[in-house]
Amino acid sequence: MSATDSRITRRFAQLKAEGRGGLVTFITAGDPDPEVSAKILQGLPAAGADLIEIGMPFSDPMADGPAIQAASLRALKSGMSLAKTIALVRGFRASDSDTPIILMGYYNPIYIYGVDRFLADAKAAGVDGLIIVDLPPEEDVELCLPALKADIAFIRLATPTTDDKRLPTVLSNTSGFVYYVSFTGVTGTKSIDSQHVGQAVERLRRHTDLPIAVGFGIRTPEQAQAIASIADAAVVGSALVQVIESNIDEAGRALPGLVDAALGFVAALAGGVRNARSAA
Amino acid sequence: MASSIPNTYRTGPDESGHFGIFGGRFVAETLMPLVLEVEAAYKAAKADPKFQDEFAYYLKHYVGRPSPLYYAERLTRHFGGAKLYFKRDELNHTGAHKINNCLGQALVAKRMGKTEIIAETGAGQHGVATATVCALFGMKCKVFMGAEDIERQQPNVERMRLLGAEVVPVTSGTSTLKDAMNEALRYWVAMAETHFYIIGTVAGPHPYPAMVRDFQSVIGTETREQMMEAEGRLPDSLIACIGGGSNAMGLFFPFLDDASVKMYGVEAAGLGLDTGKHAASLTGGRPGVLHGNRTYLLQNEDGQIIDAHSISAGLDYPGIGPEHSWLHETGRVSYVSATDEEALDSFKLCAQMEGIIPALEPSHALAYVAKLAPTLPADHLMVMNLCGRGDKDLAAVLKHLKARGKI
Repeated sequence: MSATDSRITRRFAQLKAEGRGGLVTFITAGDPDPEVSAKILQGLPAAGADLIEIGMPFSDPMADGPAIQAASLRALKSGMSLAKTIALVRGFRASDSDTPIILMGYYNPIYIYGVDRFLADAKAAGVDGLIIVDLPPEEDVELCLPALKADIAFIRLATPTTDDKRLPTVLSNTSGFVYYVSFTGVTGTKSIDSQHVGQAVERLRRHTDLPIAVGFGIRTPEQAQAIASIADAAVVGSALVQVIESNIDEAGRALPGLVDAALGFVAALAGGVRNARSAA
Repeated sequence: MASSIPNTYRTGPDESGHFGIFGGRFVAETLMPLVLEVEAAYKAAKADPKFQDEFAYYLKHYVGRPSPLYYAERLTRHFGGAKLYFKRDELNHTGAHKINNCLGQALVAKRMGKTEIIAETGAGQHGVATATVCALFGMKCKVFMGAEDIERQQPNVERMRLLGAEVVPVTSGTSTLKDAMNEALRYWVAMAETHFYIIGTVAGPHPYPAMVRDFQSVIGTETREQMMEAEGRLPDSLIACIGGGSNAMGLFFPFLDDASVKMYGVEAAGLGLDTGKHAASLTGGRPGVLHGNRTYLLQNEDGQIIDAHSISAGLDYPGIGPEHSWLHETGRVSYVSATDEEALDSFKLCAQMEGIIPALEPSHALAYVAKLAPTLPADHLMVMNLCGRGDKDLAAVLKHLKARGKI
């Protein structure tokens, strides 16, 4: 399977054919525990997620706000590890061979797992892409180039501080899609400004033909709709993670309605994104 | 030329910020443009005689440098071996070596036109030094500090506030130094365009490890001159404590290519290396990536960072500067450790034998001196960096010493 015929490119081609932007949802692997997290994951495609990002828990998530920090700690407390995250994807692939899965996180757990071993195991499990927050283009030899060789997309973050001079550096070796970070800051801490995003997406399109997903600060179906009509996809992370957080008890155990609440929220976001077709 | 021993240990890092495999720039894309901007600004400043003159001016007239190289005669006799000198960096303004670096970075920030400064702090020494230079240059200052450390280090918190800094309590993660650094990085990501981050040790993304080392190298440069003056030759050994490792790097760097000078970095062994409750990244950790650089880290088999423990809040960090990791692997510097208990004993010993109350951090260095000095001949010249004074530690140390019936 070549990079031009991956689950990611097929999915974006399909969205284009349908004339709509996509919904990318983020959950942290193992949040609040491995079993419940697997159930949420299984239900995401039917609820309307077009692509799925799975956070690999890390003890020191430097680019994340309080919601995803807490999710990471809950997952680690429930015994999650990188090996179990890969197993989670393998389990998901037993019932879904179409929805792209992107692992998102920090480099250290992968470095300790071993880059080659990680890429082989992730590929075999059905992982399509990686977003590694602390690996800028300056460190491409670490994981980006080996990932591309292993036919796993390496998706880069472009930010408001990535100016025209730097964009080509950021876009080189990027594959799958480009993730535009809508504001300078950590995840889930500000609200999205769709006017700014419109200009930024226009700027990015002058530099790349890759699909553009936009995330950070999308919390409601209306915001998802607005962004999906500007960009190729809207990413929702912290808001979904907060639905999980509000459905656990004090000991961190899942309350009975958790899975339904999370998937219900995703369905509402998907409704918004699908409305974007007529709006676009 | 196939030798694995470098011709020089003083040319690092390379263009991309690496010391061997260590170092680098492992930061979020949002920060990369700013990190590159800091690198360019520092490169220009380093080559600018006017910048160097200004730095030297403030070191002399504001910090009070050079700090003395003092022959610790009574301790030398007590240990009965090597001739022991203290490099008295505890006599600097604000009471530790931290001010050397803060001054340098504030001058770089000034050149860049940045007027808002952020910093992380553990024990509060770097926070106080940062707040001090911000007051000196009229800059706004925000210091991130673990909520637990705020409890433990009240006097320094009050000092920072008096100097006009805002102290931001960090409650994420484990509420200690590593989390303060995470939180400072998070804030910097949000404010990258207007703020300068003064990192307190020889860690973080390139150019910080090299920049902080350069500013701290004044310690070793002075030591070299002072020892030549006092003894007419170079010292035989250098000893310094290591948290992130800035005071040690500052003392060692000017001597790295002098093969006759042995160097010892003393990590905090906490309750003991075999208890898991320590902060000895080189002795008890392995290479990984955190806070912008690859270096030795305390971590579990899944690559999750483990909490460090040390009686000294300044050494309580699960990593170490990348240049130390490289010096460790090349074998140029020997890295050893001292426990909480040994540091407490040395704290008291130094106070009673020399009339100098050391900080708990250099008390770790002295604990190793106590082991090494007696094994060496009287003509062996040993320099220990007395990098901070102990006023800030009095309450904690007295409590521990009383509990042990040692005072």
